[in-house]
Amino acid sequence: MITAEWKPIEELVSSLAGYRNVLLVGCATCVAECAAGGEREVQTLAPLLTMALAKQGQEINIRTATLERQCEPEFYDDIAEAAAEVEAIMSLACGIGMQLMAEQFDPLPMLPGVNTTSLAIREEPGLWTTRCAACGDCVLGETFGLCPVSRCAKSLLNGPCGGTRENGKCEVDPDTDCIWRLIVERATARGRLDALATVRQPKDWSHSQHGGPMRMVREDLR
Amino acid sequence: MKNLNAATKLEKVLTAGEFALTVEIGPPRGPNPEPVRQKAALLAGLADAYNVTDNQTAVVRMSSIAGAKILLDQGLEPVMQMTCRDRNRIAMQSDLLGASALGLRNVLAISGDHQSASAGGKLNGHPGAKSVFDIDSIQLLSVIKGLRDQAVQAGGDSITEPAPFFIGAAWTPLGPPVEFRVTRLAKKIAAGADFIQTQAVYDMDAFGRQLALAHDQGLTEKAFILPGIIVPRSAGMLNYMNRSVPGVVVPQELIDRMKQASDPQAEGIKITLELIEAVRALPGAAGVHLQAIEAEELLPEIIEAAGLRPRPEV
Repeated sequence: MITAEWKPIEELVSSLAGYRNVLLVGCATCVAECAAGGEREVQTLAPLLTMALAKQGQEINIRTATLERQCEPEFYDDIAEAAAEVEAIMSLACGIGMQLMAEQFDPLPMLPGVNTTSLAIREEPGLWTTRCAACGDCVLGETFGLCPVSRCAKSLLNGPCGGTRENGKCEVDPDTDCIWRLIVERATARGRLDALATVRQPKDWSHSQHGGPMRMVREDLR
Repeated sequence: MKNLNAATKLEKVLTAGEFALTVEIGPPRGPNPEPVRQKAALLAGLADAYNVTDNQTAVVRMSSIAGAKILLDQGLEPVMQMTCRDRNRIAMQSDLLGASALGLRNVLAISGDHQSASAGGKLNGHPGAKSVFDIDSIQLLSVIKGLRDQAVQAGGDSITEPAPFFIGAAWTPLGPPVEFRVTRLAKKIAAGADFIQTQAVYDMDAFGRQLALAHDQGLTEKAFILPGIIVPRSAGMLNYMNRSVPGVVVPQELIDRMKQASDPQAEGIKITLELIEAVRALPGAAGVHLQAIEAEELLPEIIEAAGLRPRPEV
């Protein structure tokens, strides 16, 4: 899923300065799964913001809604009426949904309510960890299904750096596994350590964000 | 003597079968060349070559190219370190050509401390910097080898003439997953490493086992391996390295010795000398990479006492 987390309340409060009528919109897909922007979070955040602004002497009416998916235009009809009656929309969707929101109701201001953080998995309750960097050139076939591009702090492709801690964690974060340690363990368990002995040549990053914004074209679908 | 890649002093010493000695000089956190010149004056003639670090611990310092050039001008032979953290393959190759133009011939490719390192939290550093890691250290070795052996860039374009480098790599022999570390060494050598400087080793038994594995695979015939030794100065320092520096394993016995010593500095020097002796006895150890972090003034005495002076004329 795409993960996101609330922007700091102070930042949200300051972005709402001067508004009296705002629509707070969640998304029931990824950001709901990661407990940042689903219906529940919308209902939690709206009163928090109302109270925080009231403390500063600002009266605000925050209406709420949650779309099935903010990244698909067909779900926007539900909020068209409400959008016509507010001065701004705060979106709790990922950056993709937010941009479609801004486009759908242009020129109504769209205020981002979350920071989009990662392509991740819910590893255990309350813990999400990165699984993909959308590099456009998947190496999972050579790394036993564990991604060093997104899960190594240095995106190393030829094995662990010297920074693996004694307990097998990464030098950058004591709670994150050295992904190369896990790759080596899996290779060893499968009797395939030899598969990691080949030098992998420099990666072609042009298939990722480094090549500029992606335009994926499928002529058969156009 | 076999064909030399760059005919540096370091390469000649190693190729002649002499026990080589390299030491490290960290560039200053400022624009003044004098501190580099002062360290050069202190250490001139003591080692075969002098590593110049590349923004180690992710703190901005004078560039390794500039530091290396200052050493060269002082008559010392530098080993220019290059990390993969801050530059993409375009900038790295450009800097390698520039370094070559300045007469720098020994280069050491390393991944580099992550930008969050910030001198282990002692300085602000730049933890918010965008990391590059376009290519990894093993790929960088291939790139340098391409510039040298084929006069070709990573992208396939030619350069006007080969850039002669004596190519180095780092090795963390005792870092987890320890069962992969010899393979990683083999990859570095296959990619182009002519010489290897290791992370500091204090556990000579464990290191000896890793080196023996490398030796059995013929790796010590293909590249010169210089085990690293950091002069211990206190029990606290050894404890810190044992606990907090990845890949450094310090036997408790050494920590206890430092703890009980009435003169820890003298004991640290004694331990260093013992470690150097132990390294010399290891088959496949081609020299030693000696570091006295922020205490370079101890090196002349240690090198003298270790019987490593004078350095061979080659």
